[in-house]
Amino acid sequence: MQVQNSLSDYLPIFFMFVVAVGFIVVTMLATHWIGPKKKTEKKLESFECGIESQGNARIPFSVKYFLVAILFVLFDVEVIFMYPWAVNFKELGLTGLIEMFSFMAILLTGFFYIIKKGALNWE
Amino acid sequence: MTGYIIYQIILVVAIFTVSLVVALYATYGERKIAAILQDRVGPNRAGPFGILQPFADGIKMFTKEEIIPETANGWLFIIGPCIAMLTACMTGVIIPWGGTFELGGTVYSLQVTDINIGILYLFAVVSFGVYGIMIGGWASNNKFSLLGALRASSQMISYEIAMGMSIIALVMMTGTLSLGEIVKQQDDGYCNFVYQPLGFLIFLICAFAETNRAPFDMAECETELVGGYHTEYSSMKLGFYLFAEYINMFISSAVIVSFYFGGYNFPFQHELGLSGNLLTVIQTIVFFGKIFFFIFFFMWIRWTIPRFRYDQLMKLGWKVLLPLSMANIVITGLVMWLTGKIN
Repeated sequence: MQVQNSLSDYLPIFFMFVVAVGFIVVTMLATHWIGPKKKTEKKLESFECGIESQGNARIPFSVKYFLVAILFVLFDVEVIFMYPWAVNFKELGLTGLIEMFSFMAILLTGFFYIIKKGALNWE
Repeated sequence: MTGYIIYQIILVVAIFTVSLVVALYATYGERKIAAILQDRVGPNRAGPFGILQPFADGIKMFTKEEIIPETANGWLFIIGPCIAMLTACMTGVIIPWGGTFELGGTVYSLQVTDINIGILYLFAVVSFGVYGIMIGGWASNNKFSLLGALRASSQMISYEIAMGMSIIALVMMTGTLSLGEIVKQQDDGYCNFVYQPLGFLIFLICAFAETNRAPFDMAECETELVGGYHTEYSSMKLGFYLFAEYINMFISSAVIVSFYFGGYNFPFQHELGLSGNLLTVIQTIVFFGKIFFFIFFFMWIRWTIPRFRYDQLMKLGWKVLLPLSMANIVITGLVMWLTGKIN
């Protein structure tokens, strides 16, 4: 029993988008006009606990974050694959169940490999 | 058709206003609850019981000087908080705020639109929230902001996987991605929490991580990162970041209630013999009551539990919640097969 949709059902999302963007733009412009504008050199420096700032923040960062992002893409794609299956789960029956379990077993093998490789250790 | 579109526009504006007002008063509620938990009085100067405090804060934010650091990337610096605010507001459209009511012979639904990919839409918009934080933190060109943004985005994407997987077990049971349908199915019988306690727990923890609330607020951990990704922000741009957090809290409470606690349904609602419109009004009140409980719960946790360490947080997300949510899918599948729920 699926809800039938036409394109007009997505119209309110567009309305919400317009309302939200309108609110944001008006607020941003309003604060820009209302607020005082007394800029000094010290004020426009980037903050670094009160000391002179050293260099800028375009620095290399820990590769762990990058690794997490890559793993996220992998796993998120798997999750997306599972949604259509989950919706039709009752119709697909036992065959679908076994198929998805084997899919998840492969996924878990990869997951186990990642853990053994120490990709998720934050020491 | 035109009448219906006008009704939809009115409802969209109403939902937008309600989310803003709830978020506004959630800041007040947060401070009052924190005060009660710490045996203080809390804000009590602006109006009776400090009831006007949120407006005082808002006006203050509005009239503050707007500072864009010289080294920052100007446009990205402005766009960051705008995206955070935009994504926070966009999800309210698909939440079923109440049943249907009849006016002048036409039946209107309090859910603005019941799209059949509701859950996917929800996740798509929530994922966009990462951009707001990442762009803002990077564009600030400040080391603290960069670290805060990295931590926040890394945390959000990690917990998104477990969140997506905990929902799959729910979708297996309901067989639909539409929020309106999920709530309607909980009308008779038990709410989904009874069938999916583990899924609920995983979803709840992930909701805390997604909204960057304590105990997962490493992104703005004052003791090490000053203000995290919004260190350089001032005026209403800072306001947007803080505000988006409260709107997100409101929306995630609404989603938790719709998924696991029957949405606007309440026990014995059909035995009361109420007329349609009156029932809808009560349903909406009940729905908001449940939402407010969960907002309270968010705050309660924040002022009770200390912050995680970053490695603990990542460990919890990847090594505990992810396998648990997978196990939840397997258990749900097996139980449904054994009880003959599938063909």
